[in-house]
Amino acid sequence: MASVTLDKLNKVFGHTHIIKDVDLEIGNGEFVVFVGPSGCGKSTLLRLIAGLESITDGDLKIAGDVVNDLPPRERGVGMVFQSYALYPHMTVYENMAFGLKLAKTAGDTVHERVMETARILQLEELLERKPKALSGGQRQRVAMGRAMAREPRILLFDEPLSNLDASLRVQMRNEIARLHHRLGSTMVYVTHDQVEAMTLADKIVVLRAGRIEQVGSPQTLYQQPATKFVAGFIGSPTMNFMPAELLGGDDQGCKIQAAGLGELALPQDAGGESPGAELTLGVRPEHLRLAEAEGDNAFEIVNVEYLGNEVYVYLEPKAGDTLLIHRSEAPSRWAIGQRVALVPELEHVHLFDGQDRALAMIGQRRAA
Amino acid sequence: MNPYQLIKLAKRVGLYALIAVVMVYAIFPFYYAVITSLKPSSELFRVDFWLSSLDFSNYVAIFSEGSFVRAIFNSILVAVSVVAIALLLGITASYALGRVRFRGRTTVMLTILGVSMFPQVAVLSGLFEVIRTLNLYNNPGGLILSYTIFTLPFTVWVLTTFMRQLPMELEEAAIMDGATPWVTITRVFLPLMWPAMATTGLLAFIAAWNEFLFALTFTLTDDQRTVPVAIALISGGSQHELPWGPIMAASVTVTVPLVILVMIFQRRIVSGLTAGAVKG
Repeated sequence: MASVTLDKLNKVFGHTHIIKDVDLEIGNGEFVVFVGPSGCGKSTLLRLIAGLESITDGDLKIAGDVVNDLPPRERGVGMVFQSYALYPHMTVYENMAFGLKLAKTAGDTVHERVMETARILQLEELLERKPKALSGGQRQRVAMGRAMAREPRILLFDEPLSNLDASLRVQMRNEIARLHHRLGSTMVYVTHDQVEAMTLADKIVVLRAGRIEQVGSPQTLYQQPATKFVAGFIGSPTMNFMPAELLGGDDQGCKIQAAGLGELALPQDAGGESPGAELTLGVRPEHLRLAEAEGDNAFEIVNVEYLGNEVYVYLEPKAGDTLLIHRSEAPSRWAIGQRVALVPELEHVHLFDGQDRALAMIGQRRAA
Repeated sequence: MNPYQLIKLAKRVGLYALIAVVMVYAIFPFYYAVITSLKPSSELFRVDFWLSSLDFSNYVAIFSEGSFVRAIFNSILVAVSVVAIALLLGITASYALGRVRFRGRTTVMLTILGVSMFPQVAVLSGLFEVIRTLNLYNNPGGLILSYTIFTLPFTVWVLTTFMRQLPMELEEAAIMDGATPWVTITRVFLPLMWPAMATTGLLAFIAAWNEFLFALTFTLTDDQRTVPVAIALISGGSQHELPWGPIMAASVTVTVPLVILVMIFQRRIVSGLTAGAVKG
């Protein structure tokens, strides 16, 4: 177990600047998830911590010591790969013992550690099998066992579940969460799946184009996204965005005019924005209410999705615009073709300025 | 029997007839060599397609000659050394060429390929000078050196291609486990590369075993010759007699090890040559 500190970390491949000035503090025993769209640099960041890529600039500290130039084996990190990358010619036991043997661990200790790891991961029955005789979930567990057997200070996971089918993914996600709970070791986990990020993380790091967009607990990211990007990335179905215009603000909040919604008084601090500024209004699907249409402010229902426990209603602001989504518990009385008015729950609404940064509520500081 | 069945039957017969033709075409020369080797010299020039009696006198004759046994030993020494050196260098070179990124990698690969395109005769005189300078003339070492030069390009190419197909994450997993490049090669890649190594090793062995031109040029005395040269130099009682019986016996003797080797490794050869065609 150890803490990890990233201090102005940079990575340049040829002419491509992949990681830009990343600062991050990972606490002892924390489960941190790097999430972001493909190409955002999340895997590169993980590989920098692992030592599989060299650091171009900045410092990487593990338990307070700079480890920039240490090879992976001396950093005390274990890694689980997306494709598992088990040694095909070795049995499960040999796979898990390989690293220990290379570290010149005494024979008894090797056996003890492997058996202990196998017990934790319920692999005892499979120790003599070769990887090709294992199912996907079992291979996944062996890959974790191999990373854990050497008792690394930090466990790294590179999209470990993306090769599994949906039901197995949920099951393994659960096992990883329980494992973390049980071992209490520091874990860094990369995924592009925001559901995995939300369910596993103590702390989520949202990356975009090599920069950290926001760091926070799943709850913080969901309730107080710092930018429009985070707001759109976290949560499913995604947040609805609508263009809005600032009418004015005071110490009670601000007034905006949004297309199709009319004038709204919001608890956000208009801050430095002047009346007339172009803003974006963000409302999560569950924070919208539908009402009978009155007057001009009406939307047409173009689709209704029934999911059993809940219903998604899709609305078209104007022909060609991005559809808005409304989510409510089933059953729903709305049907395709109806014209309805939208009523956002004002205390849950987000406002983003011209640079897509969130405007803070009155009395709150603007998030990072 | 209706016409449709008849056509089917005819096609089947045709197929087997074709197979028979190919078999005869491929095997007949060797078969005739075996037959000839088992005939006493008095019957040598009578054309027979079946053996009426077995006569091992030709085999006794060649094995009682010390130089032929010595030649077999030389051939084994040379061929095994060439395979060992070529595989060792091939594996390490293929790791460098397949896995390590460096400037001029493609150039090196193309140069290696280019070297293998020269005909043997073209480099013969140059190589002769090299071997004399290194004091390897009339010495198995000279043959090992020259065969390795011609075997390596092929070995390196095949092994590099194979090495590139091994997943990158496997090597990274080994690195995370604390493996040095040498440990990664020997304990992770090597066990996975057996099919490719069997294929290239066998082809290198056959090439070295059957090579004639260099073996003739770079050796002088009987006790340093390899089998192909020894066979060619088997002489009869007089200038006007070619001793076909012993020559055939010797040829059959030296072919048998190859046949056995190919049979042992045939599964691996096939999987080596098709490796990467489908995901394993």
